[in-house]
Amino acid sequence: MYQSLGELCRKAEEEKKSFWEVVQADDCRERQIPEKTSFAQMKAMYLAMKEADASYDPKLYSRSGLTGRDGGKMQRYVDREETICGPFLGRVMEKALKMGESNACMKRIVAAPTAGACGVVPAVLLAMQETAGYSDEEMTQALYVAAGIGGVIASRAFISGAQGGCQAEVGSASSMAAGAAAFLRGADASAIAHGAAMAMKNLLGLVCDPVAGLVEVPCVKRNVAGAVVALAAADMALAGIRSKIPPDEVIDAMRSVGQDMPVCVRETGEGGLAATPSGERMKDYLTQG
Amino acid sequence: MNILDIIGPVMVGPSSSHTAGAARIGQVALKLLGEEVRSAKIRLHGSFLATGKGHGTDRALVAGLLGLSVDDRRIPDSFWLAKERGMDFEISGITLADAHPNSVKLEVMSESGRKLELVAASIGGGRIRICEIDGLRADFSAEAPTVVVFNQDRPGCIVKVTSRLGSAGVNIATMQVYRDERGGHAVMVIEVDQQLPEGCIGRLEQEEGIEKVIYLCME
Ligand code: SF4
Repeated sequence: MYQSLGELCRKAEEEKKSFWEVVQADDCRERQIPEKTSFAQMKAMYLAMKEADASYDPKLYSRSGLTGRDGGKMQRYVDREETICGPFLGRVMEKALKMGESNACMKRIVAAPTAGACGVVPAVLLAMQETAGYSDEEMTQALYVAAGIGGVIASRAFISGAQGGCQAEVGSASSMAAGAAAFLRGADASAIAHGAAMAMKNLLGLVCDPVAGLVEVPCVKRNVAGAVVALAAADMALAGIRSKIPPDEVIDAMRSVGQDMPVCVRETGEGGLAATPSGERMKDYLTQG
Repeated sequence: MNILDIIGPVMVGPSSSHTAGAARIGQVALKLLGEEVRSAKIRLHGSFLATGKGHGTDRALVAGLLGLSVDDRRIPDSFWLAKERGMDFEISGITLADAHPNSVKLEVMSESGRKLELVAASIGGGRIRICEIDGLRADFSAEAPTVVVFNQDRPGCIVKVTSRLGSAGVNIATMQVYRDERGGHAVMVIEVDQQLPEGCIGRLEQEEGIEKVIYLCME
């Protein structure tokens, strides 16, 4: 995997290739597989995301009882055409909630990059496909873009809440989704990288503070934030706006912020929302029951 | 790590470490035992114990022991499935010394009485490390094809194994050697680049000083 978005962009320019093609070529080289195999595997991931979205069960609650049914609520609200954000963003939020809840309810999802943040990338991509009618092949290319960005983040920094807080999970997912969304709208490699950087910048410092240590509260709803920020960042990039701090330096900043984060807000469930009186009460209730 | 660790795996939620990793540990234990699991003692350590129930770690481990993979929709129903297939299991807590927070100790037994003891950790993103086999230290991921050789701790064993592998055209990627005490039991953990040819294990087992050979290939 590439260790630098700058290098990835240079490669795309030098070889006159699209961002996704550079990521794919690197994958084929690393795993010693033909392009066709790599593409089929990535496409299977996209189709699995689609399937996971379609098999959301609006009646389910998680085993802890902390999450469930919000995706259905959001869907009904969007159907009534009352959202402040309009129908498209409404669908994005609905899908993010649904995927996060499906994960909490032990349904099948695609980790992207993690299970906790699994709603961000599909919420953005599936909603864009539904409204604009992109083919599954184009969506697979977009997923390569997301994977390439995530790969750089994983190499330069980290993608787990335990190592770097939620900025490393939902922040990374948002960054990946932003690049993928910009790509679908025709952004070049540099605009993709800047879209990714602007999403990450907007979520820098986000802590990981799950109530009772479970991937439920606040994780499910944070997927909404990740998806909405991704789209805003993609729009900025498409408007020609560039991150003043270069993309690779933004990722490095995420790493150093993560390293400086106290352990109580790195997935231990001991700080932040988990340490609120209500969070503690939920935890006590769950450990007794 | 490759891009399918970034987008992927396809898995049953909610946690790649507490659910997917746990299922994988169960699967590896089943493969290492080499026969269907009849009974299992599952001892959860650290965060596996503290948040395992809410994350379905217990169900995922049982599912893995039944051979279910990390994306199998039946993971949440694995307790019921175990009952149907006649697999007994018992889950409790344990404190393991110097262990990763997401660790578990498994004691499994097959119908024919074959036994295996395993300590493993889920280290994030659904990836795992096997830390102990039958009381002997080890450290491998089960991602590459792996040969585990139990042998008497005496001169010549290692060269016998490596030359056998070499003449079978199998390249060694990494190799670790552990033992309990000088001249006692030892274990070699060998990660290899190629899959082992048929019959290779049997020939290894016939070598003097070799007690047991397990071949692990998760693909
Ligand atoms: S709060 Fe922690 S566990 Fe939840 S999604 Fe964010 S990083 Fe993952």
